Amino acid sequence: MLVFHQLGFDWQVAFADSLVNNALLAAACYGVGAMLRWYTPDRKTGYKVMGSLLGLAFICAKLTNIILFSFLNKEVNYVSVFDKSFLIRFGIALLVITWTAAVRWIFNAANQQKENEARKADAENLVREAELTGLRQQLQPHFLFNSLNSISALAGSKPEEARKMIQQLSDFLRGTLKKDDNQMLTLEEELNHLQLYLDIEKVRFGHRLSTDIDTSEESLHMLIPPLLLQPIVENAIKFGLYDTIGNVTIQITSKIENNHLLVTISNPFDAETSQPVQGTGFGLKSVQRRLYLLFFRNDLVKTEIHQNLYTTTVIIPQKI
Amino acid sequence: MIKCVIIDDEPLARSIVKEYLQEHTDIEVMQECSDGFEGVKAIMQHKPDIIFLDIQMPKITGFEMLELVDSPVSVIFTTAFDEYAIKAFEAHAIDYLLKPFSKERFNKALKKWKEQHAGAETKPDTNALLENTHKQPEEQNRVVVKNGNNIKIIPVNDIHYIEAYDDYVKIFTKDGYSLKKKTMSYFEQSLNADQFVRVHRSYIVQVQQITKIEMLEKDSHIALLKTGVKIPLSKTGYAKLKTVLGL
Repeated sequence: MLVFHQLGFDWQVAFADSLVNNALLAAACYGVGAMLRWYTPDRKTGYKVMGSLLGLAFICAKLTNIILFSFLNKEVNYVSVFDKSFLIRFGIALLVITWTAAVRWIFNAANQQKENEARKADAENLVREAELTGLRQQLQPHFLFNSLNSISALAGSKPEEARKMIQQLSDFLRGTLKKDDNQMLTLEEELNHLQLYLDIEKVRFGHRLSTDIDTSEESLHMLIPPLLLQPIVENAIKFGLYDTIGNVTIQITSKIENNHLLVTISNPFDAETSQPVQGTGFGLKSVQRRLYLLFFRNDLVKTEIHQNLYTTTVIIPQKI
Repeated sequence: MIKCVIIDDEPLARSIVKEYLQEHTDIEVMQECSDGFEGVKAIMQHKPDIIFLDIQMPKITGFEMLELVDSPVSVIFTTAFDEYAIKAFEAHAIDYLLKPFSKERFNKALKKWKEQHAGAETKPDTNALLENTHKQPEEQNRVVVKNGNNIKIIPVNDIHYIEAYDDYVKIFTKDGYSLKKKTMSYFEQSLNADQFVRVHRSYIVQVQQITKIEMLEKDSHIALLKTGVKIPLSKTGYAKLKTVLGL
């Protein structure tokens, strides 16, 4: 506007010129922005967008030309200057429109990336959740069917005991179903649930199976992911009962060390005949994996063999 | 009287079989066993017509127990295992009962047995049954053998070599050998092929036991084992051994 004024046009002409020019430019920019908001070009369609930007700039300049001419065609002087300024107007229009488009595009890309990242994180969380659920709910069908068979046997001879076992099995199953990994339990709650399992196994195996649980009072209030001990005890029972002929005692102890809860589970086994493949079975691996997913540490499950005793220790870091 | 033996490590599982048998007055339970060792002894002692057999039991499985039984016996499996083998058994075991099973299902199994034994006194072929189980040979990590009255579990890593011996094979370990009624090709298939190589029609050798391969003359080699034993290698056996050793 100032330029026009100084070139010798009166304020009115200069004002009209800049008003029309800038209004058209603003409209074009708005249009480009709106278009790119809904549509992000990829490499293939990019040239179309470039083309349309060029066209738009041209139309802008041309329209300015036409509109102003219809109003100010009497100003001969102006017309001649305007003709000369057409290229400059076109250049400026192109620059401004392209710039708007570029800003819009970068903004879009950043937004999209942010969205992608959020989605990716969501997906990862879901996978992790699913994995944790999967690792938790490895209820052994073997256990279930054999328990039902025991109940079937009791139903004939000792209906009262059958009923009691149905109760225990139901309580156990319910406990297995509703546990949520984000909710840590106290060791006491976990052991109570485990007790249901042990009671059922004791009915199945009779006098062959006994347990010896020795926990320190303070450790009972420590926190532990739900159903973590279950697969380890399952393993211990399996090895204890299937690797030896005699009676089997499963020992469970707990203590606190450096703000970590340590739970050890041990069972007798026969080092000579035990099948090594089963030794590092799925049960322990799933416990290890779970602890890794929860605490990002790989050193929380330890096993050792001392004479004929197989001991598994799990370490659960406590939040302060 | 029809004689039977119940072999299951869970007392309640045995008691339900006994209970279902009560109405079959022609069947007598000779003994209840809680593991495979007792099972083998009871079968030798009582020569039962039928055994009710669980699969997962202490020390040795139901399958492994059957391998140790010389006299043919009809088998009805009672198990919660509904995995791989079951289908293969259908043909040869009298029946298999998936726990928990109903009295009707149990009676049906017995009826099946009676039908099979109504006419000819045909005893089922336990060997055929077992061969069938190993149609898709599962990789073995131990072998169960019987020397006289002793049952021994040999981890495969302890096997030095296996030698053909008529209908049997001799399984050599540091403690000498044990006999087992199995074919060479059975072991060839069920042992880890990278660890055990059939080097000769009559020999399978654990590769780690070999210290040296010597050439006797052109195209004739022997393998020297750590124990000093010399094993002849056939031409194809020598080639196979070289591949496994990466020579």
